[in-house]
Amino acid sequence: MSRAFRPRSLQEAVALLGDPELGAVPVAGCTDLMVLDHAMRRSHRAVVDLLGLAELRGIRWAEGGGSAGGPVVEIGAASTFSAIRADPLVRMHLPILAEAAATIGAWQIQNRATIGGNLANASPAADSAPVLLALDAELVLVGPAGERVVPYRSFHLGYRKTLLAPGELIARIRVPVPVPGTRQRFHKVGTRQAQAISKVVLAMCCRREPDGLLRGVRFGVGSVAPVPRRLRGAEQACEGRPAGAATAERAAAAAAAEVHPIDDVRSTAAYRREVLARLVRRMVLELAADAG
Amino acid sequence: MQEAIAVSDTVRFTVNGEPRCWQGEPMARLLDVLRYELGLTGTKEGCGEGECGACTVLLDGEPVCACLVPMLQCEGRAVQTIEGLGGADRLEPVQRAFVEAGGVQCGACTPGLVLTAWALLQREPRPDRARMREALAGNLCRCTGYERILRALEHTIAARQGGGAPAAGTGEATP
Amino acid sequence: MASTAAPPGAVGKSPPRPDGPAKVTGATRYVDDLALPGMWHGATVRCPYPAARLLRLDPAPALAADPEVVVLTARDLPGPNVIQLIADDWPVLAAERVNHACEPVALVAAPTRARALAAAARVVVEAEELPAVLTLDEALRGDPRAGGQQPLVLAACTVERGDVEAGLAGADLIIEGSYETGHQEHIYIETHGAIGIWHGEEAGLEVIGSLQCPYYVHKALVRLFGLPPERVRVRQAPTGGGFGGKEDFPNVICAHAALLSRRCGRPVKIVYDRHEDIIATTKRHPSRVRHRTGVRRDGTLVAQDIEVLLDGGAYVTLSPVVLSRAVLHAGGPYRCPNVRIRGRVLATNTPPNGAFRGFGAPQTQFAAERHMDRIARALGLDPLAIRERNAYRPGDVTPTGQRLDASTNALECLRAAAERTRFRERWRAIERERARGRPDDGQPWQGIGLALVWHGSGFTGDGERRLGARAGVRLLPGGRLEVLAASTDFGQGTSAVFCQLVADAAGVPLEQVQVHEPDTAAVPDSGPTVASRTVMIVGGVLQRAAAQLRARLLAFAAERAGLKAERLRLVGGQVLDPQDRVVASFAELADAYLAAGGEASWIAQHQPPPEIRFDEKTYQGTAYPAYGWCCDVVEVRVDPDTLAVRPERVTIAADVGRAIHPVLCAGQLEGGTLQALAWGYLEEIKLERGRYLNDRLQTYIIPTVLDTPDMETILIENPTPASPSGAKGVGELPMDCGAPAIVAAIENATGIAVHALPASPERLLEARRAGQVVQPQHAGA
Repeated sequence: MSRAFRPRSLQEAVALLGDPELGAVPVAGCTDLMVLDHAMRRSHRAVVDLLGLAELRGIRWAEGGGSAGGPVVEIGAASTFSAIRADPLVRMHLPILAEAAATIGAWQIQNRATIGGNLANASPAADSAPVLLALDAELVLVGPAGERVVPYRSFHLGYRKTLLAPGELIARIRVPVPVPGTRQRFHKVGTRQAQAISKVVLAMCCRREPDGLLRGVRFGVGSVAPVPRRLRGAEQACEGRPAGAATAERAAAAAAAEVHPIDDVRSTAAYRREVLARLVRRMVLELAADAG
Repeated sequence: MQEAIAVSDTVRFTVNGEPRCWQGEPMARLLDVLRYELGLTGTKEGCGEGECGACTVLLDGEPVCACLVPMLQCEGRAVQTIEGLGGADRLEPVQRAFVEAGGVQCGACTPGLVLTAWALLQREPRPDRARMREALAGNLCRCTGYERILRALEHTIAARQGGGAPAAGTGEATP
Repeated sequence: MASTAAPPGAVGKSPPRPDGPAKVTGATRYVDDLALPGMWHGATVRCPYPAARLLRLDPAPALAADPEVVVLTARDLPGPNVIQLIADDWPVLAAERVNHACEPVALVAAPTRARALAAAARVVVEAEELPAVLTLDEALRGDPRAGGQQPLVLAACTVERGDVEAGLAGADLIIEGSYETGHQEHIYIETHGAIGIWHGEEAGLEVIGSLQCPYYVHKALVRLFGLPPERVRVRQAPTGGGFGGKEDFPNVICAHAALLSRRCGRPVKIVYDRHEDIIATTKRHPSRVRHRTGVRRDGTLVAQDIEVLLDGGAYVTLSPVVLSRAVLHAGGPYRCPNVRIRGRVLATNTPPNGAFRGFGAPQTQFAAERHMDRIARALGLDPLAIRERNAYRPGDVTPTGQRLDASTNALECLRAAAERTRFRERWRAIERERARGRPDDGQPWQGIGLALVWHGSGFTGDGERRLGARAGVRLLPGGRLEVLAASTDFGQGTSAVFCQLVADAAGVPLEQVQVHEPDTAAVPDSGPTVASRTVMIVGGVLQRAAAQLRARLLAFAAERAGLKAERLRLVGGQVLDPQDRVVASFAELADAYLAAGGEASWIAQHQPPPEIRFDEKTYQGTAYPAYGWCCDVVEVRVDPDTLAVRPERVTIAADVGRAIHPVLCAGQLEGGTLQALAWGYLEEIKLERGRYLNDRLQTYIIPTVLDTPDMETILIENPTPASPSGAKGVGELPMDCGAPAIVAAIENATGIAVHALPASPERLLEARRAGQVVQPQHAGA
């Protein structure tokens, strides 16, 4: 039988998870963990329930909360996707995060699955990941060695590998509040319209300066590499250039060239590469279209 | 310190309003406990991985897949199953509408769908089809093509508006 | 007493289904909801290789870890190692040779499911892998089981009419095409399950299962256990969906549960989880169909040369019957004077394929319908025009020489669906738009497509004559009637419809009629619940039995009242005299009749009219007593960047003969249509070394309600003379129509011509890159 712990504070949780004798596993929404536990008929020596920790809950505005000094929306890692998609701050400032949250599983899953779990589980197809890459989020990690803040873009080290140290947890996600006028786009290509794992999932964030040029372009993409990743080539193809067909084509070509997707049970490498390029192209064209 | 916060092997929660005290593996699935220990077999298993929604129950009023909820996380919470809705002699309006509009065929997805639909109609008085589709998307049905399930919800809403549910059997077009 | 107006009958209305309240309250008990005293749980040990020689099965590690468990292999069988169906090639447990991945080799029972699964995982399976045949192409090159130089043919048949070569020689144009479809999994929401209850040699065996055909299972168990038929009892538990999937496979899982029960001396339940259900049970046969068609310039068909290949998987199962239906429907609902259809089922080392709603006809009609569109494009005709020209009319003759009766409504269905959707105008407008060229701006492409199909109701050929379905009605105290039939309700609403038919035929109110649980110890053999035969054939038998009951009771009433029986009527549960005065209530009459020692049951038997004959050697004659007709118009939206397809609206116009219960009838059409659409664009099984990769619900994708179009159903009622109620089968008809219709809509939207299912975005992209693009048709503009 597993030993189960319901810590009263984040500090207690970290102490439990840092105890090698205990060999405890953190659990939150359980929407991935329970599937595997049951399919593999595996059990755990000990589990630490994070759902009850107030420090991991809530979505709030924090002035000067990010490393860059500007305001951030700070999201507790145990926030469910139902909470995220309904949150007024998220809907106003981070609409693509609300959009992504609404595409994860369906109602039942959104009521349970947490954003911290989605990231820590480290699936290359996690739908919140490209959004947080495009928004250049930071993660507040808490572990036996204390608290540290890391840019999310450096979080994934390889297939299902993250820089979380043993006993370390994601406590909060800090998303810099995009400056007014920032354009955000999200597109998920799943196996179907709901309850779907992504075949390609793409998010974009950028500004269109008064001179008509694109600045601060960031693309985050999932399901085309062992980890969710940025599209640096596509970003460079857009940065400082006018929105329009030429830029769109260049960005699309760059995106297709910089990813190495695979064939699997859900889709094909050829499809993923082609569709990624087409979606990059569409997003850049849409920037030009809603120029106003 | 650890012992101070270790969970005892007892979980206290309510099922359909009745207090329950359960002991066992903290990672046991709520689904198995409901079905095989409490005898509440109205909650069905369709996939065991949160895809089909046949095991939908309401946890503090929110639809969740009981196959993905460990007993550990039921402490202090209220679970509502299909058995807690209406009995055969006092069906909820949405249950009656499922029967009359053709929203029921084989019945294996039905308890989960009824609970999700009921939870939706508790929150929102008049969801449109798009909203219904979004809310019910976590419940797979293989028999009906969903059309009559959507109509069951529409009938429920229409009846609530005082117009009375359209009689079953309408809705067919004639050439 | 005041005279009562004759209440209208139950048929044609949509009363609430009798099993509805229990289902919406969760009270219905399916197999896995049943717990019997002392019951143990079973699990299955499977061999992973697609082809292998079994070297050793060693239960020792399982027994060492859990000495209480029971392990059973092919050596422990009480009778022949055969799953009784058509051929005797399917073993209960593989004994020496393994012919497909995940084939059962041993069974385990334990006090709990967890212990049974743990023990099964510990049984050692040693096997030597052998060369395997994994695809139709490999099968054609030669199968080791057939000597290596030729395919292993599990079934073959040919239909011929006229002179195909002469017809082709005289045609203005010959159009060829090849079409493929893949596996489809049923995904009934309730997985397979059975409880075996061994009562001892004297008392015999009882099995409770999730199944469609109690007497199939009965026959299989009688043979396996060598028991007299009366000592084997098979009961159908409420069954959570079937779609054909619970026609053949229950013979396997019921045998397994029964074997374990006999060995343990206690009830044993086996319930598959979804993963095991997908990897282990039968699927829809993959197909490859080639067409070579001769046409006149005006679109008239003059010759159809069709070759049908089905992948049967490892064993024969029901493949000969599936092939027969596939071949008989392969020409589509079109008249043609010269036809040759040759069909074969080849073996592969993949899990056996079996019954699935439509039974081969969806595969061949997908090909036929896509080929009609190809012919139309080659001739500059639109999809409606080519079908209007060739669709069967009453009096036309099918390839088996059957003259079609007055209830031949292909054109009515076609026109109803086309007019409702303004099909021609919209299809042409989209073709013109494609011809003009569309801006590459991410705006979705609209498309509209159409398909027309037919589906034979009832068993193929002389099947009904051979079976002689028996069903009946029992009179209970208080004038209640009980339907006695082995026909099962696994969602379709069989019970509701039987009650309606019997109530009207007997002259009693609907509430007075109930259905007995399908139980081989209590009900006669009305045949399997398959082949769209239940309402038409078994319903007809029940109507006759109910009419006999009514006549007998009226005679009894007449005797009592000193009147002539023919002067009395039984209406709405009252016996009325010629002045419409109530002579007696049916309830008191029934009680008096039973008290007087009258017989309580009326059993009738199906007897097809003698002129209906089919020759299974020449494939000539009446292939089916009636045909249902159906036209779907599907409207889609396609994302030009991702090629993701959204079906937005489907209009179904179906000739069902007579809708006994319009809501349930529409439910069959809509549910079948969604299953067909999904097979057309969404559902796919990829294989790797003979194993299904899409082996759980996260990877085997069926539609959610968000993926599903709005549906409108147009019921066309033109009663068939083949059944007393005029009803035709409706269960399978829609399964034939959805896939070709949605692929046609995708072609209209994108110009991409897909000839293999599913038309997934990946396949659309591949086809576009391969140049499978049709020219827009704008000549008629």
